[in-house]
Amino acid sequence: MTGEKIMQSMIPMHERSNGLGGGFAGYGIYPEYRDFFALHIFFNSESSRTECETYLRTTLEIVRSETIPTRTIPEITDEPLIWRYFVTPLRSVLSSMQVDEREFMSRVVMRINTVYKGAYVFSSGKNMGVFKAVGYPEDVGRFYRLDEYEGYCWTAHGRYPTNTPGWWGGAHPFALLDYTIVHNGEISSYDANRRYIEMFGYKCTLQTDTEVITYIADYLLRKQGLTLEELANVIAAPFWSTISRRDADEQQRLRYLRTVFSSLLVTGPFSIVLGFEGGLMALNDRLKLRSMVVGEKEDMVYIASEESAIRVMEPELERIYAPAGGEPVIVKVKEGAY
Amino acid sequence: MGQDYIYPEFEVVRREDRCIRCGICVKQCANGVHAWDKERKILHIDESKCVNCQRCVCFCPVHALKIVKSEAGFRENANWDNQTMKEVYLQAKTGGVLLSSMGNPKPYPIYWDKLLINASQVTNPPIDPLREPMETRVFLGKKPAAVQRDAEGKICCQLEPQLELAMPVLFSAMSYGSISYNAHASLAQAAKELGIYYNTGEGGLHEDFYAYGANTIVQVASGRFGVYEDYLNAGAAIEIKMGQGAKPGIGGHLPGTKVGADISKTRMIPEGSDAISPAPHHDIYSIEDLRQLVYSLKEATRYRKPVIVKVAAVHNIAAIASGIARSGADIIAIDGFRGGTGAAPTRIRDNVGIPIELALAAVDQRLRDEGIRNQVSLIVGGSIRSSADVVKAVALGADACYVGTAALLALGCHLCRSCQTGKCNWGIATQRQELTERLDPQEGYRRLVNLMTAWKHEIKEMLGGMGINSIEALRGNRLMLRGIGLNQKELEILGVYHAGE
Amino acid sequence: MVKIEAEGKSYVAINDEIHQHAGDILITDCCGQRFIGAGMGNCAIKIQGIPGNALGAYLNGGEIEVFSNAQDSVGDTMNAGRIVVHGNIGDTAGYAMRGGEIYVRGNAGYRTGIHMKAYQNKLPVIVIGGTAGSFLGEYQAGGIIIVLGLNRDGKKIVSNYPCTGMHGGKLYLCSDCQDVLFPKQVTAHTATAEDMQEIAPYLEKFSQYFGMDLQQICSQTFTVVTPDSQNPYKQMYVTN
Repeated sequence: MTGEKIMQSMIPMHERSNGLGGGFAGYGIYPEYRDFFALHIFFNSESSRTECETYLRTTLEIVRSETIPTRTIPEITDEPLIWRYFVTPLRSVLSSMQVDEREFMSRVVMRINTVYKGAYVFSSGKNMGVFKAVGYPEDVGRFYRLDEYEGYCWTAHGRYPTNTPGWWGGAHPFALLDYTIVHNGEISSYDANRRYIEMFGYKCTLQTDTEVITYIADYLLRKQGLTLEELANVIAAPFWSTISRRDADEQQRLRYLRTVFSSLLVTGPFSIVLGFEGGLMALNDRLKLRSMVVGEKEDMVYIASEESAIRVMEPELERIYAPAGGEPVIVKVKEGAY
Repeated sequence: MGQDYIYPEFEVVRREDRCIRCGICVKQCANGVHAWDKERKILHIDESKCVNCQRCVCFCPVHALKIVKSEAGFRENANWDNQTMKEVYLQAKTGGVLLSSMGNPKPYPIYWDKLLINASQVTNPPIDPLREPMETRVFLGKKPAAVQRDAEGKICCQLEPQLELAMPVLFSAMSYGSISYNAHASLAQAAKELGIYYNTGEGGLHEDFYAYGANTIVQVASGRFGVYEDYLNAGAAIEIKMGQGAKPGIGGHLPGTKVGADISKTRMIPEGSDAISPAPHHDIYSIEDLRQLVYSLKEATRYRKPVIVKVAAVHNIAAIASGIARSGADIIAIDGFRGGTGAAPTRIRDNVGIPIELALAAVDQRLRDEGIRNQVSLIVGGSIRSSADVVKAVALGADACYVGTAALLALGCHLCRSCQTGKCNWGIATQRQELTERLDPQEGYRRLVNLMTAWKHEIKEMLGGMGINSIEALRGNRLMLRGIGLNQKELEILGVYHAGE
Repeated sequence: MVKIEAEGKSYVAINDEIHQHAGDILITDCCGQRFIGAGMGNCAIKIQGIPGNALGAYLNGGEIEVFSNAQDSVGDTMNAGRIVVHGNIGDTAGYAMRGGEIYVRGNAGYRTGIHMKAYQNKLPVIVIGGTAGSFLGEYQAGGIIIVLGLNRDGKKIVSNYPCTGMHGGKLYLCSDCQDVLFPKQVTAHTATAEDMQEIAPYLEKFSQYFGMDLQQICSQTFTVVTPDSQNPYKQMYVTN
């Protein structure tokens, strides 16, 4: 499917954002470069681009670099330089650092975002890409010509920023490697989560909840090897009273996850959609303080804050339901279909 | 000699129009302030013996008594205040080292009172703790660095031993000897009911309290009083006492006069013998020696008990804590310089150590900088006065708080700071039977449970206000705090923004 | 007898095996493994090689015999049982020992018997065949420490500052102690027949373990040191 459909779905959601940030993630959009990491980078100036590219060349092989095609439309202004690079880590560097390529790429991203002024990597996975800007999401989609991309999975977000000013990098989705997060709500556990996750090489540069949730997902899924369900059991851990009613094995498992990763419990209202290579996971906070609906038809699954957004994409659903708080909805694309 | 006469610090005022000459004040005062003059048939007052413990005031059935600070004093002098001058006279007279008790009373900054707690408005909702779930449960102990799985991919759920607390509070170490049997009975029973822990202190464990083992932390100090196989296995955790906030670098010394038959049994030393536990464990002269003691205790208890290492908050505390974290300890307890004591040299109590707030902030940050914060839990004490202090401590990064002085207040202590005399009129810091009988352990236990239950409610209220429904999401959540009236350096150490930022 | 081959094993593994057997055990090729027998009450362990620090810590019964030297903190906080070392030992042996016996054929390091206590029917005893390092019996609150000074080649039987803070128990030195400086709060006197009677059973065991001539040892002059007060620091403080 092209980005057209999800752009349409954002129109009835106009009221939920204030024009200070909109964005999309598309999976499966770069099939010809599927083995390369696609870096999407904002630059403030040509000089910051030159400086950053010099660094990239020391560690990565760049097989293609170009500006990301955009449409000039009156709704989107003040755009930075927007580039993308298809890259792969230099083998020699990888082996000398004794890390795998995903760990290496995440370090490259952290380094650019913390050290290189005027450069900000906003997408870094393989065969996927994030597109975001200051504006309403439906305009952002047109700006990035998303109708021209085809993918197996899309996420979109309209922002109503509170804690940080609206700027291009601050729009959702947030991404690290192939993990992307769109998030509604404001989490009250932010600094507890941030100070914990920063022990493991992540640097939260933006002071936004969504960034920290993205890193939590990366840490637990990639570095700790948790499953998506286990991730949900950590960040939206069941209450102790709920845990005590489960069977013995399950109690032990949930208690373990909650005890070991207690600093990664996310409190406060949130609904998130985590995108990854091959699927999506949607999750509400455990008190379900935010809205979320899921619709299904044939092999398509739609997740949105409001049913109306889903009906725009698919008026005739087979099933529509609101998942319970803390209960993850995990959607995986059929084996090999992406 | 006239030269040594100092006008008493307090005046005991008796309203003769109310006094019914019942003599209760005479009975209640172990210091001998009140006396019945048989011949003159009047109640005589010797205010020079008064420590202002308020016992007579509380027990006067007609409220005829009040104790006021004496206005009489030396000529005003901002440099040489009354207390300082009195201490010089006292030492000139006796040649003794000044001995005080309870926490540092000097007007040093109290950072808890310069930290303000956040609440949610609009962008994120407060939570109503009375009707929505609100969790205060805490697990203390080492957490693994990586998840292990078995061949089938199931998580191996075996954790190092943990302490489970229903709320982030423990009663701090107070030995049987420094406080009375009934005080210990109250603490033990309250800890059990509250689902928390009390701490034996370094005086061993009375046989009657082995029943509370699941809620007991047994302490091992340099004197190793009462330490043997059964004792080590009796508690839920073992605490190595390296230091105490009230007297960093100074050891404990229970005078032989307090070592009666019962205390001799729990300490396993002869009656009347001084119980000396000097500051150093003489087998620990370096951090690797601490590791040896930690693991000797783990070996002796077959790795079933978490080991706590308690240290005083001193200048280099961040590096010290980092060393402890790497020594195999499961939990670090840090005691600030306002922590209480049954007896400490005045000069040490009043001048050595640093505030717990700064120590905590520095330690938590240091352990995070080194990526080892999850390997060890942090307990802080000295002094935690209210639920708000608990909330602020957790937000700065503590897992839980040790509460000592507040617990004693619940038992009746009025902070007269005279524990070292052994004549506590409230039956707490004394071993004299006629005094210890005054503390009813049933009532003491109920009052402790009341206090902590109230704190728990308040903690939940504050959590709810912040939109947090579980205490772990507050731990280290420093954005929930703002400083007020703090300078840039203090804000930097505490890791908080100033109010308005 | 169960044999535990210590080479390459951690102390955790060795103690696990000891716990499983809890009977007669021979540990061979020991080299630095700590905490052997820690907290145990009913084992009989013989050790070949050098056991690590804190040998028999919190020991609560049984016997440990070492055929070579042992390191620091032998019998730390020992409550009962016996440790026999055929060689020398390191520092702080018998720290806060409350009961049981430690016999050492050779010399002891610093702070032997520090914080040693006695309690009810528990009387800890340390017998050192050779010489003792400084701060012998520091803070000693009970029990008996005996230093025999055998084969000392003119060396002092004990180094500096013995009995610092001593407030209980007895120290026996097989010497006239003319060259030893004791602190003010203790009194030294030449051992009486009664004093010697008290330690006779320990000397007898010592000579049995190490094949020494008991008569020869007992014929020497012993000095006995005892504290003047159980409360040495009472006068030091004034209530503020």
